[in-house]
Amino acid sequence: MDNFELICPAGTPAALRAAVDAGADAVYLGFRDETNARNFPGLNFTRQDVADAVDYAHARRVEVYIAINTYPQAGNLGPWQKAVDDAARLKVDAVIMADPGLLAYAAKHHPDLRLHLSVQASAANVEAIRLYRDAFGVRRVVLPRVLTVPEIAKLNAEIDIETEVFVFGGLCPMAEGRCSLSSYATGLSPNKQGVCSPANHVRYEQRGGALASTLGGFTINVFGEGEQAGYPTLCKGRFVATGAGEGSGPAYLFEEPTSLNAMDLLPELKAAGVRALKIEGRQRGKAYIAAVVRAYREALETFAAGRPVPHIDLQAMVEGGTQTTGAYTRAWR
Amino acid sequence: MTASLTLGPVLFNWPVDRWLDFYARIADEAPVDTVIVGEIVCFKRAPFFAEAMGDVIERLGAAGKTVWLASPILVGSERERAAMRDLVEADAGLVEANDMGALALLAGRPHAVGPTINVYNEATLGWMAERGAVAVSLPAELPAATVAVLARAGRELGIETEVQVWGRAPLAISARCYHARAHGLHKDGCQFVCGKDPDGMPVTTMDGQPFLTVNGTQTMSHGCLCLAAELPALVAMGVSRFRLSPQAMDMVRVAEAFRAVLDGRRDGAEVAAELGGLIDAPLVNGFYHDTAGARRVA
Repeated sequence: MDNFELICPAGTPAALRAAVDAGADAVYLGFRDETNARNFPGLNFTRQDVADAVDYAHARRVEVYIAINTYPQAGNLGPWQKAVDDAARLKVDAVIMADPGLLAYAAKHHPDLRLHLSVQASAANVEAIRLYRDAFGVRRVVLPRVLTVPEIAKLNAEIDIETEVFVFGGLCPMAEGRCSLSSYATGLSPNKQGVCSPANHVRYEQRGGALASTLGGFTINVFGEGEQAGYPTLCKGRFVATGAGEGSGPAYLFEEPTSLNAMDLLPELKAAGVRALKIEGRQRGKAYIAAVVRAYREALETFAAGRPVPHIDLQAMVEGGTQTTGAYTRAWR
Repeated sequence: MTASLTLGPVLFNWPVDRWLDFYARIADEAPVDTVIVGEIVCFKRAPFFAEAMGDVIERLGAAGKTVWLASPILVGSERERAAMRDLVEADAGLVEANDMGALALLAGRPHAVGPTINVYNEATLGWMAERGAVAVSLPAELPAATVAVLARAGRELGIETEVQVWGRAPLAISARCYHARAHGLHKDGCQFVCGKDPDGMPVTTMDGQPFLTVNGTQTMSHGCLCLAAELPALVAMGVSRFRLSPQAMDMVRVAEAFRAVLDGRRDGAEVAAELGGLIDAPLVNGFYHDTAGARRVA
């Protein structure tokens, strides 16, 4: 039985080396601009950084994927097309994309470039996935985090390209690539600029003993004394739902500040036919990445050897100190 | 190309009687050209309307409206998938695809592309035109400069472009039901609590500032998108279709007002001022003006 491939994030060259050294099978990264969905200040790779990353990874038999997964701006396709051209020239192993127009460009101009469908395309059913395969020759789809494991199994039974699923890290409760919440509050969106709840629109205000976090002027959370304050990602905020019944106060309406951790589901994901497991977190530091990748590598080796998946404590690595299996189990239904 | 008005699908969970009355009045009185019908937010709600759908389509058609059928926004489960396939295979009218799966099934025959499919640039628009798309309703978050490029490209490709000009903006879709979650229920046992809120469930910040609207698995803006004042500019760009998204209000009056602006009989800003008084939400147009969607730019 082939083991899962472990796909790991890197926002910096140091993080890339940490991921490679800790046991990644592939590392995914982005160019330093709006062509990727983690377009944060101080993050991502210059062309030279990518060349060096490919050298370092390939020397250790690790692959490099480049995410060019925002939606190119109308009238300004150049930067996205150049990113695809450069990815091919730099000999990366796959390009992760979402936009049909850009996929068509890549398929036409770089027929040998391996194409993966980004989670930002939110292809959640057999028909959609087959469309990307037939139209552009996509070889792997990163599944949106809206499906249960049984749904993933059914899907894999009907498609003939590989699937990759998120197993650890930040969790979008919304269908990815189909969310304008950040854009509504700040004008900046994952699809257009590659940012969600951007830091330059965040303010923290002391209100008596409480600390409020705001995004684009909207209060996303208020933390009482002694409560651990978190980053105001819009869908992880506390809000008030009007008319939700007696005593309904502020609540985490969409999702708690929590992290996905599907390590306990490795047998189910294997039985469901999943090829690759993805760790989220290109914005994370190298120590975080080394720890999470190492833990998952250990779990995968144990699992591949036919032994029970060990319980590895990643509690210190998770947002808000809580973990969830998200949509994979039936908790959302 | 003459400017036409589209009435988008009812996104909220209205009782069937209200829904039937709404469409009867639209058929008789509203100066809209195309009416798009279908339950696109939640698969669980669809059976309530299935029986009455045929009558509504017939009534609207008899009144001279062009009727299109909308496919669901999120198609994950087997049952959702089967419903999507049935809709396409029934061939009961032109289908507006709201998910790439429906778009796949519609290849090679005329179809429309809904606003929850990502069309952000002319390359993607061209790809869709090749596959048989005749009209594309653009995502709400696109700014004017992008709309202008796409409208121009659309004219060259022979594909009509549409922009939503009235109604709360759809912002996100999830596999999770936030109406059920807010009421302490699971999606499977939701008791259809979304039916309590004919205009969606208002969501405020912890300071009490109105912010968002929850409509089951869909999250919408609190502000009501209004581009009445921007209509002349949109027409000049080559946008030919203008979408009104139903709210629990007098949509006939909304349609009349927008028709009057398109015909040059009324001023857009004046219409915005009038319609703003009819809905319990501020009017917003920030997306179009390339800023936060929640803002209103004068």
